[in-house]
Amino acid sequence: MNRLAYLLPLAVIAVLAVFFFIGLGRDPKLIPSVLIDKQVPDFTLAALPGRGDTGLSSADLKGHVTLVDIYGSWCIACEEEHPTLLAIKKSGDVPIHGIDWRDDPEQGARWLIAHGDPYTRVGIDPVPGRTAIDFGVTGAPESFIVDQNGVIRFKYIGPITPEVWRDTLLPIVRSLRK
Amino acid sequence: MITEFGHFALVMALAVAVLQASLPMVGAARHNGTLMAFAAPAAVTQALLVILAFAALTHAFVTSDFSVAVVAQNSHSLKPMLYKVAGVWGNHEGSLLLWILILAVFGAAVALVGTNLPPLLKARALAVQAMISVGFILFILLTSNPFHRLDPPPLDGNGLNPLLQDPGLAFHPPMLYLGYVGFSMAFSFAVAGLIEGKVDSAWARWVRPWTLVAWIALTLGITGGSWWAYYTLGWGGWWYWDPTENASFMPWLAGTALLHSASVVEKRGALKSWTVFLAIVTFGFSLLGTFLVRSGVLTSVHSFASDPARGAFILLLLLLMVGGSFILFAVRAPSMQAGGLFAPLSREGSLLFNNVMMATGAATVLLGTLYPLIADALDMGKVSVGPPFFNAVFLPLMTPMIIAMAAGPMLSWKRADLKGLSQRLSGMLAVSVLVALAVWFAQGGSAGPWWAAGGFALAAWLMVGTAWDMIERIRLFRQPLGLSWRRAKGMPRASWGMAAAHFGVGLVILGITGSSAWKLEAIQNQHLNQTVSLGGWDLTLKGVEENHGPNYTASRATFDLTRDGKQIATLSPEKRQFLMPPRPATNAAIRTSLWGDIYVVVGDQAGDDSWVTRLYVNPMVPWMWIGAALMAAGGALSLTDLRHRIGVPKAAPSKGKTP
Repeated sequence: MNRLAYLLPLAVIAVLAVFFFIGLGRDPKLIPSVLIDKQVPDFTLAALPGRGDTGLSSADLKGHVTLVDIYGSWCIACEEEHPTLLAIKKSGDVPIHGIDWRDDPEQGARWLIAHGDPYTRVGIDPVPGRTAIDFGVTGAPESFIVDQNGVIRFKYIGPITPEVWRDTLLPIVRSLRK
Repeated sequence: MITEFGHFALVMALAVAVLQASLPMVGAARHNGTLMAFAAPAAVTQALLVILAFAALTHAFVTSDFSVAVVAQNSHSLKPMLYKVAGVWGNHEGSLLLWILILAVFGAAVALVGTNLPPLLKARALAVQAMISVGFILFILLTSNPFHRLDPPPLDGNGLNPLLQDPGLAFHPPMLYLGYVGFSMAFSFAVAGLIEGKVDSAWARWVRPWTLVAWIALTLGITGGSWWAYYTLGWGGWWYWDPTENASFMPWLAGTALLHSASVVEKRGALKSWTVFLAIVTFGFSLLGTFLVRSGVLTSVHSFASDPARGAFILLLLLLMVGGSFILFAVRAPSMQAGGLFAPLSREGSLLFNNVMMATGAATVLLGTLYPLIADALDMGKVSVGPPFFNAVFLPLMTPMIIAMAAGPMLSWKRADLKGLSQRLSGMLAVSVLVALAVWFAQGGSAGPWWAAGGFALAAWLMVGTAWDMIERIRLFRQPLGLSWRRAKGMPRASWGMAAAHFGVGLVILGITGSSAWKLEAIQNQHLNQTVSLGGWDLTLKGVEENHGPNYTASRATFDLTRDGKQIATLSPEKRQFLMPPRPATNAAIRTSLWGDIYVVVGDQAGDDSWVTRLYVNPMVPWMWIGAALMAAGGALSLTDLRHRIGVPKAAPSKGKTP
């Protein structure tokens, strides 16, 4: 048989390897949300007990650029992004609103006391979590950048790390302010 | 303390594996018997050390030691004991440890059972096996250490994903792994054979039983996974061409081809380089499956814990192992002596044809699975490849394969004569046509899909052909029953195993065809005491009540199943809300009978006295499970064949080599 035929498997592996290495650097879950450049869904959510705000509604998202963060006291990855959110609050770059998703209000409130509270307003979205579903949320944490007109401009899936904030989200927030 | 001991045992296993990978290789090159003999005891020691490590992790899970990070992340003190144990491999780190455990145990088994293996082959195969161990133990120690401690330990664990808290999980991943990893043995033998430059019937006789064990386990694992998805995911389907499913299906296809081509090497000495190629590819697919599920390059409905850094490591391992052996293949395989010429129309010819079809099938599944990744890498946008692609490409490929599969065992080796078979083949064709017509009329002509008749005809062709062949072989009805019985007993068990497995494939085809063609479903908002009719079955929602399990609360619905006013059964599907982590899970209620399943799911409460309910009638689904079980049983029967157990027959050298 032709000697070249015996080299074929090697060539196939080489080509596949290139694609795999490119694929590793990308996130297949970054599905562009259908809600991008659409108005935020209408919603009114109750406040967490003892937090002193009046909850969160779609009307609160108008007038300035905001970051809307979907979290829950049950969500482990949310603890991971929490320090970053606290740092953002401290920097004053953008107000962060929280949607406490599929949670018990008492537990949600306690969790914020225990881990620190980066949010300007928080609304509780109890089980089954309709509001988050309207946002097209697939899991927690997920965050949305909403512009002055209450239009969703960006969706980020997964915990926000300092790098993600610095390299991806902050530039978008800045460009929307202009 | 026990945890640190487990960690230490794993590090020791790595040290032993490094020695086992190198010393016997050197020994084999220099014909140094002492160095070569090191392989077997090293393989056993390595296995014992990995068993200790695995036992230590199991101990941490069973005693709910939440100072161990994986236990804290994946277990909970309230979890039933079964899932504490199953939790050991229900997470990334633990499942990799299971991977290594099976790898090491397979190596030890070869070391212990293979006392009459040719010493060169044994030393090299065990050394290659140890190289795989080295790679994976390094992977686990460097990127996914299951013995990592938390300080301070949490009060309780995070719990296991409720989807995974199911008896199916206790059984299905270990089976899949046994299959994946089992193919490593064929791979190690293939690489050893390439290094030695000799692949002969003795080689094939050694490779086949190990491949067969892996194949049986993978068959059961895939079936178990499909069954698990069927009754826990609650959408009434059993296969979705999801990347994780494809990841297990590709090695199965390649492994099935390997199993058959190895028998040609064993009996006829032909197809040597093709068989070696398949051995590498099969294990390559197993590694690819691990990579796809672990790296997060593809999204899947049920891939857990994925991490690009880990993905890069597995990818590197995959490239080293598969790439390295393909280089060896390119250098050595062309000079391997081909033997056993055969005509296109012969047993070998039919096996080769089916081999090529299987390999092509595996390649199309690979293409469909990777296409989203490739499209993304080329910036062609995010695409997903779903069942329509696979059904349109894969099923037509399988049709000629099934046709050849029924005829292949009737053909003689080297050169076959169709004339002698024409009576049988036309008989089979007649039965198939009759079956197709019967199905066509039974479903009311074009009221059902046309391919239903085709699928049934194909299954009939295969099953009748298989049964007919066995009848001919034992000369049933041509001589007294007693003589036939004696012939049947005297036939090699491998032949019976093959017949059972092929017949099982026929049953699987019937199940797939029936359940895809005549599936009925109804999704509605169902009120209390409201009756929904589906295909002649009446389902009445009698009530929904709250229920408490050990670590969940459940809404348990009660349905009355009646037909023509006659009470048949009470079905109780549940919608469970797990406490830790707080996630919902569905528990479908399934009423199974031989002709099919009635499948009921209860969803969210929609009104004061109404719930979202989904009802399915899934005809012939059980036939698939029975068929798959029969395939595995056929494999097991073949495994008990005396010829495998003896391994290399003592008489072989005096008779001379197989031509």
